[in-house]
Amino acid sequence: MLEIKNLHATADGKEILKGINLTINAGEVHAIMGPNGSGKSTLSYLIAGKDGYNVTEGEILYNGVDLTEMDPEIRAAEGVFLAFQYPVEIPGVPNTIFLKEALNSVRRHRGEEELDAMQFVKMVKTKAEELGIAKDMLKRAVNVGFSGGEKKRNEILQMAVLDPKLAVLDETDSGLDIDALKVVSDGVNQLRSDDRAILMITHYQRLLDYIVPDFVHVLAHGKIQRSGGKELALELEEKGYAEYGVAAE
Amino acid sequence: MSKVVNAAQPYVDQFDAVKDRLPGAQLPWLDAKRLAGIERFAEIGLPTVKTETWKYTRLPNLEEQGFRAATWEDGQVEVSGVPAFFNDADSLTRLVYVNGIIHPGLSRLENLPNGVSLEPLAQVLVNEPAFIEKHMSSEQAGYDQGFSALNMAMMESGTVLRVASGVIVTDPIEIVYLCGSTDQPIYRHPRNLFILGNGSQATLIKHHAGIATGAYFNNTVTEVSVGDGAFLRHYTIQADCLEALHLSAVNVRVGRDATYENFNLAIGGRLSRTETRVRMEGRGGHCNLSGAYLMKAREHCDNTTIIDHLVPDTTAREVFKGVLNDEARGVFQGKLIVHKDAQRTDGYQMSRALLLSDRAEMDAKPELEIYADDVKCSHGSTTGQLDETALFYLRSRGIPEAKARNLLIQSFVAEALEEISDIKVREAMANLVIHWLPAQCYLAEEWKQA
Repeated sequence: MLEIKNLHATADGKEILKGINLTINAGEVHAIMGPNGSGKSTLSYLIAGKDGYNVTEGEILYNGVDLTEMDPEIRAAEGVFLAFQYPVEIPGVPNTIFLKEALNSVRRHRGEEELDAMQFVKMVKTKAEELGIAKDMLKRAVNVGFSGGEKKRNEILQMAVLDPKLAVLDETDSGLDIDALKVVSDGVNQLRSDDRAILMITHYQRLLDYIVPDFVHVLAHGKIQRSGGKELALELEEKGYAEYGVAAE
Repeated sequence: MSKVVNAAQPYVDQFDAVKDRLPGAQLPWLDAKRLAGIERFAEIGLPTVKTETWKYTRLPNLEEQGFRAATWEDGQVEVSGVPAFFNDADSLTRLVYVNGIIHPGLSRLENLPNGVSLEPLAQVLVNEPAFIEKHMSSEQAGYDQGFSALNMAMMESGTVLRVASGVIVTDPIEIVYLCGSTDQPIYRHPRNLFILGNGSQATLIKHHAGIATGAYFNNTVTEVSVGDGAFLRHYTIQADCLEALHLSAVNVRVGRDATYENFNLAIGGRLSRTETRVRMEGRGGHCNLSGAYLMKAREHCDNTTIIDHLVPDTTAREVFKGVLNDEARGVFQGKLIVHKDAQRTDGYQMSRALLLSDRAEMDAKPELEIYADDVKCSHGSTTGQLDETALFYLRSRGIPEAKARNLLIQSFVAEALEEISDIKVREAMANLVIHWLPAQCYLAEEWKQA
């Protein structure tokens, strides 16, 4: 589904990624772990298409098509989803309007019929309940006044509504207490399926206790230094990133 | 000095030519006021960039435009209809002017509630001159604004709204001003008088729209009196055409425990300036002067407000939001004067502008003059661009860029629209905002369901 080949990239003109190779197939859950500044977030923004991040060499293929040529909204419509590390507050835009507009934009692109208000409300209510999202959170402006946990749950709700094929979760565990972490993880686990791929980006191993990955990769100095199974995460938890030339924090 | 006199001279000549035909001619007190007005105008002249309160608003060369006085014939130009502000507009009271002349076919005054009158100034000058004399304050001849003095001299049309004490009017009353489509650009000097008796309530909508393209020049002065315990909602929609010049001075007195709510939505006009002066004269009075302006091309919109807190325990609130595209310019000047005795004044003022283009420009000048010691006043002013992070967030969820931009602009303006306490008017204004936005607009219905 996702093939990253020899990816070199800059952020604000500075070289951050220095030759990443990574293949993710449908049904797989991958975790990229790495210290601060290793290029984790740069990779997630490159996949989602944020301005200011440029590929200088190599490519990102999504179902065989070069992803970097697509506008962010087209990527989303084609099934790419990024759960933000810092979800953005949008004053004045009610959460339901935002979700409905997003869903119907994606459905239009996919040649599916748009949902009317009734159908949409019914659908979003069910999904919101599963994620323990209160009704008033749907009515409020997008992420405005949300707690850290509410923001992350709102990200997973968007993911559940948009039904992506490739979901990238950027530091989804940061800022969550243990209860919120459980709710969010349950939400993600429900979305695991044979035709969906998930890429988790995280600093700590904690999240991986709840969302157990099939593969773990260590990213440091802009390169994947090592890949392995879920046990690699435990090893990192114990030893830190010191052996990859990164000082303990 | 001689230069100023020269610039004013054509107006003085015009006044001499038309003064005997103006409404109320031969009323000695009015003749005296008109004369004082033209003398004052000749003395001050047209504002220039050196005029402190006109620092950011430069008038185009009015001589070059070849404006002439509006005639009865100008009111007979063909009008296809009135731009609908409300969906159920057909049942609401409205007075329609076409180039300053009342259009009886489009107006609907039969459902005016008891205790409310809505009449042309000229008619009231004939029937009740003493009423007009009483409500045109004597100090007006000493205007420090040239255009207001000129209006005093030249006022030829306008509307008198009276709501008797204790009368509560729930349905909005709309005054529609359609302008344009004349062979030559015309100028007009309407003078409005809105008088709310003690304990009365009303909602008034002034709706300005261009009939077709073409220049015209409106120089309006509106006197408003909100009696003790009264509540006036005074809304303006300025949807003039791209070449229109629109100057409006609004002078308001707010009585004890009275509320004056003013919202000005400007979505069109080559140059517009609304100068609102409010005198808080009674304890417990509240005023809200807010607005939104959406300007494109080389349009220019100036909102200038001056609020005088004269007595203790009055409150004022101002929220202005502007969206400026292309080479449009916005100006906000907000002055709050808390006089010596006006203890416990509570004033809040906010001006925010969104620049959609590198060539758009915003000038904001908040001013506080405080002479009392126990007051709560705050103000803030920001000018910025569309939040790129928010834009990316929306796009990353599949929302196309143009639509995402609209959504952000719409939500930016919505914050100002929230100042409108009449929900129906707020929704109608939100609709106008949506239609101003570039392609791929939202339907208001969708927005409302939230």
